[in-house]
Amino acid sequence: MTDMVREYITTVLDKGIRLDGRKLDEFRNIEVEYGISAKSAEGSARVKIGRTEVVAGVKLEVGEPYADNPDEGTIVVNAELLPLSSRDFESGPPSIDSIELSRVIDRAIREGKGVNFKKLCIKKEEAMWMVMIDIYSINDDGNLFDAAGLVALAALKDAKFPKLTKDNKVDYGTKTTKNLPLEKLPISITVIKVGNHYLVDPSSEEEKILDARLTIGVLEDGTPCSMQKGGDNPLSLDEIDNMVELAVKKSKELRKVLK
Amino acid sequence: MAIEKRTDGRKFDQLREMEAKVGVVPRADGSAMFKIGKTIAVAAVYGPRELYPSAFQNPERGVLRCNYNMMAFSGSGNRVRPGPSRRSKEISLVTEKALLPVLDLSNYAGSVVDVFVELIQTDAGTRCAGITAASMALADAGIPMKDLVSSVAAGIVHGNVVLDLTKEEEDMEATDIATSFATRLGKITHLQMDGEASAKDLRNALELAKKGCEEIKKLQVKALKEKYEGGKND
Amino acid sequence: MSKLLIEERAVVVPGEELAEGMDYLPGNEVIRDGDKLISTKVGVASISGRLVKVVPLTGCYLPKKGDLVIGKIVNIGLSGWRINIGWHFEANLNLRDASSDFIERGADLTKYFNYGDYVVGQIINVSGSKIIDISTKGPGLRKLGPGKLLNVSSTKVPRIIGKQGSMIALIKEYTGCKIMVGQNGLVWLSSDDPNGVILAMKAIKKIEQESHVSGLTDRMKEFLEKESKGLKKESKDGNREEN
Repeated sequence: MTDMVREYITTVLDKGIRLDGRKLDEFRNIEVEYGISAKSAEGSARVKIGRTEVVAGVKLEVGEPYADNPDEGTIVVNAELLPLSSRDFESGPPSIDSIELSRVIDRAIREGKGVNFKKLCIKKEEAMWMVMIDIYSINDDGNLFDAAGLVALAALKDAKFPKLTKDNKVDYGTKTTKNLPLEKLPISITVIKVGNHYLVDPSSEEEKILDARLTIGVLEDGTPCSMQKGGDNPLSLDEIDNMVELAVKKSKELRKVLK
Repeated sequence: MAIEKRTDGRKFDQLREMEAKVGVVPRADGSAMFKIGKTIAVAAVYGPRELYPSAFQNPERGVLRCNYNMMAFSGSGNRVRPGPSRRSKEISLVTEKALLPVLDLSNYAGSVVDVFVELIQTDAGTRCAGITAASMALADAGIPMKDLVSSVAAGIVHGNVVLDLTKEEEDMEATDIATSFATRLGKITHLQMDGEASAKDLRNALELAKKGCEEIKKLQVKALKEKYEGGKND
Repeated sequence: MSKLLIEERAVVVPGEELAEGMDYLPGNEVIRDGDKLISTKVGVASISGRLVKVVPLTGCYLPKKGDLVIGKIVNIGLSGWRINIGWHFEANLNLRDASSDFIERGADLTKYFNYGDYVVGQIINVSGSKIIDISTKGPGLRKLGPGKLLNVSSTKVPRIIGKQGSMIALIKEYTGCKIMVGQNGLVWLSSDDPNGVILAMKAIKKIEQESHVSGLTDRMKEFLEKESKGLKKESKDGNREEN
């Protein structure tokens, strides 16, 4: 198998430039829009990174607390790579890539203590809020991981609790002014390695030729709170150092777009 | 009936506010967004492309395959469970039937043209919004068409024949008639009715829907020309 | 009485009425319905005498005999290669059409074209929608070296190439790029200076978007003149002119 596209991209990267004119550590333009499904969802948002576009919505449901955490609520993240958004995605049950994406986003928010689960408890052992976050790709032009991470946080930020009736049923027609207990914003940053180069915000072309991928959840003080390595090639300890350092640096920029 | 106005203040023959945009999914072969009231549909077309398994191929023409889906957060009450339901499968089918009569797929024997419709926010009329968006997306993809298809619901609410029902009106024991028109041909390509209607009311409702579709078509044409005339398709 | 309902060069959409009366005749992408002529595509109306046609602005590639296409080797069999050219059936490249050398049966075909290679070929036969034969024998037909691939709408390819290849020559001149344009909408670009490729891609995208607005050649000249400042212009063109 030969790959003349990969060969050319690598030669160009050696010159410190990418074929869309960006530097290696440069993101495309990011846009965030809130309330894109305000009538239906408790919280919703759209994120565009270049031509990549994702939407997310938050629905709140009341459930019974888990036996091992009787005084906590929970979050459920579901990401779908829609066949509408790319010719590479197929219809049918969630693909393994969809499942990985869901779990990576879930892990960043959960392990970064983004949402205070204790404050989602309605009554110990009886009722809790379940925060259902659904993320969909609209146009895949690369880096759905970071776009999905960002849109999940934006939708959580946008969300308001609906009214609760006396017997703990949700009155979806009536929203309160109360925000979700979103206490931290763990930003997901993906760094890919192509040859000897590290790139952020990969295009779909760059994703196809990557050697390794590392998605890192980063807290406001720069502490990593979650990680997922992807790609077919291994990484050395030094390489991981470099990738984490780059992710921490870029997370500061991305954090600003959510302010 | 003494009622003069509708719950949202519209006249009986008035559509909700609309918005249409072509080319909203740049990676697709064709795409469009259609918003009517608070219902927002996005459609994308891929193809003609390979159809597997080959037993599904038609040796004489391309096959149209539509897929309608409501996003999990797009419903007005509980979260919609992801994945196909009996409802979404039926709507996918009627979407196909609504669009097929205007398409000429004879050049694409053995292939499939895929249409994906996603609802981002819903407030009644979702299948009609999906069909309207899908029709623009097919034109944007350059699939040969005899006409565009425009779609809207008419209905009977408290004895009045009305155009473009809201969720509130649907819930008032109304008769809901979802239809699609190829307006230049003057033909109906999709018709579903929930509830009772006298022959006269049905006729009036369909006439009203036809007028509504003519108005929707004007917007579809405008959105398509906006993308191509400006020479600024991204 | 017959009359035209649109102006020359108007952007039209499917179902739009272009003319009425029997004096006008339907050309490409136009059908007759009763006494009306109807467009079946989004495109630009073009009237020559009594013939009304529509030049499409969007649509998939339809393989035609004689077309120069760029495709990817996706399968290798005993008698040749299978190539994806963006059509829903793969094209065939037979042993005898692959090289002017004699290739023995049972030879290692990956030495000529391997999986994942991109080739420039010419369509030598189309029958039905399923059988498309390609040849890579002939000047300029070959395996492509390292480069960037760009997808464009196949309906815009004639404008990207220009009359007698004038437009593509202009882009090559100003950007110093090697460029190969497949009629199937795949463009290959390569240069030692990535900025040349970046500029050439911008130029091609600009043509794609403005192909139907008049004065394109002058606009492109102006654009390339302005944008190519600071770019080393050394046209190293080992490339056959397309078209």
